[in-house]
Amino acid sequence: MSLIEVRDLERTFVLRRRSGGLRRAPSTVPAVHDLSFSIEAGEMVGYIGPNGAGKSTTIKMLTGILVPTSGEIRVAGLEPSARRTDLARRIGVVFGQRTTLWWDLPLRDSFGLLQKIYRVPDDRFRRNLDEFLELLDLGPLLDTPVRQLSLGQRMRGDIAAALLHDPEILYLDEPTIGLDVISKGRLREFLRTLNAERGTTLLLTTHDLQDIEALCRRVIVIDHGTAIFDGPLTDLHRQGGSTRTLVVDLVDAGPAIEVPGAVAWKVEGPRQWLSFPADASAAPIVAAVAVAYDVADLSIQEPAIEDVIRDLYSATEPRP
Amino acid sequence: MADGSLGVLAPARSYVDIAVLWVRAAWAYPTSFLMLILGSLLITALDFVGIWVMFASIDTLGGFGLREIALLYGATGVGIGFADTLIGSVERIGIYVRTGRLDQMLTKPVPLLVQVCADQFTLRRLGRISQAGIVFGWAATYVDWTPARVLVALMMVVSSTVIFFALFTGFSCIQFWTTDSSEFANAFTYGGNTMTEYPLSIFPREIMLALTFVLPIAFVNWYPCLYLLGREDPFGLPTWLQFCSPIAAVVSLAGALLIWRSGVRHYTSTGS
Repeated sequence: MSLIEVRDLERTFVLRRRSGGLRRAPSTVPAVHDLSFSIEAGEMVGYIGPNGAGKSTTIKMLTGILVPTSGEIRVAGLEPSARRTDLARRIGVVFGQRTTLWWDLPLRDSFGLLQKIYRVPDDRFRRNLDEFLELLDLGPLLDTPVRQLSLGQRMRGDIAAALLHDPEILYLDEPTIGLDVISKGRLREFLRTLNAERGTTLLLTTHDLQDIEALCRRVIVIDHGTAIFDGPLTDLHRQGGSTRTLVVDLVDAGPAIEVPGAVAWKVEGPRQWLSFPADASAAPIVAAVAVAYDVADLSIQEPAIEDVIRDLYSATEPRP
Repeated sequence: MADGSLGVLAPARSYVDIAVLWVRAAWAYPTSFLMLILGSLLITALDFVGIWVMFASIDTLGGFGLREIALLYGATGVGIGFADTLIGSVERIGIYVRTGRLDQMLTKPVPLLVQVCADQFTLRRLGRISQAGIVFGWAATYVDWTPARVLVALMMVVSSTVIFFALFTGFSCIQFWTTDSSEFANAFTYGGNTMTEYPLSIFPREIMLALTFVLPIAFVNWYPCLYLLGREDPFGLPTWLQFCSPIAAVVSLAGALLIWRSGVRHYTSTGS
């Protein structure tokens, strides 16, 4: 059996909206609908979708915080909502926008509390802590109260906190949200190491396709509560036909750039926008532009998840 | 929600482990820790002075003298002090729901109630407990102690703690349904405490009956103190009620735990 199994999962929410006067009419809103997937031990899976697609709702059901309306979930052979506390020892959860650490305590005390909560034996706690402090560069911050940490530092602290009890599965809900490029890079590096060396299964929700590109061979795309794609990232781009954009600032304004493999679709004075397939390498295009034109600056824009999903829909669904 | 091989005492051990770490963390700033306790001792000390002053112009209240009232006052104060210490953050459960802290706790392998109670554990009520303890100790010199009375007194301290703990927990659960209702809960907990600082004989019979059979606050101190003082029940209720505090404690705790469970179930099934 797979480590995570989800079959025909449904979750509806009852909303009470004011409908004139004091009466509040309840209406049912599906958050997750007909969702099925399975994840093997050791996989790194990206779980992506626009806001409100049902990503967090799924994570909450996988961790046992939320009871499904119907359908079946098995995580490590357990039904999460019924065996929540047992399951808790085997999973780690990081919510990117909230911290599990205690605001007023130094990191050291937060880790100490978690050791007590998970009953991690002293020697294993020491070993794990030393390793994570080293890999996440947290050593110098150990005595700083959490409220004084930067967002990136706090996130690293949260990730260490989620791993002290050696979970088999780590759920990350938007782990890189709000982080700068360097912090993002470090975090991805750490997660790769974690997966390679400890075999920890990773499921991360994100808005940042680069997180997925750097980490996950497999992506599940969810929209309106249901999976609309499940497979390798390259297939996602191919299926959706999504494109990346190369923004070129020339020294002088000129006619549209012509290079093989890319199409200029917008020209605004010296700035031009070229699009090329998302699964193609940017290097030869950049090189070709640099050789033929006088370039002041270059940047590459990744496709936004919303665009990828929109493209995916237009590619998979028959047009009316 | 069995806790594996560690048995029924595992949650209690987790509670103590977590609470000790919080106390140690607070001790990192010993001055502010001591000021906090001293401050609460001073504030609560003035509280009893109010009753004292009242007795400058009256001899008895509801048929009870100053020392008898001090006994009632001290007993309920110790009980609510211990309970308030033990419940920790239960009163703030609504904030935990709103900030998502509750979700974090639900992913941890310790029963939720233990985590909420132990979270931010503080000894700030130590001042309250000592003040009430001193008042009780002074009044106790007036009691004609027998082994049975010592036993009833000990049961009273434990039962009153449990009853207040149950009231705090049960009423805080309303916050699972409406997150801003902590004031409503306070009306019953601190309100109940205030009522029991006086002899219940000053209230109408109906209120006394309600405090016996609906919200069992009368068992916190009233009935056991009647026995300690060797007094007839002013309302003519049977003497055996004076030994029923532990039963009231068990019943109210069971009720509170049931409400807690349905509150958590409501939360995990609506995800509000």
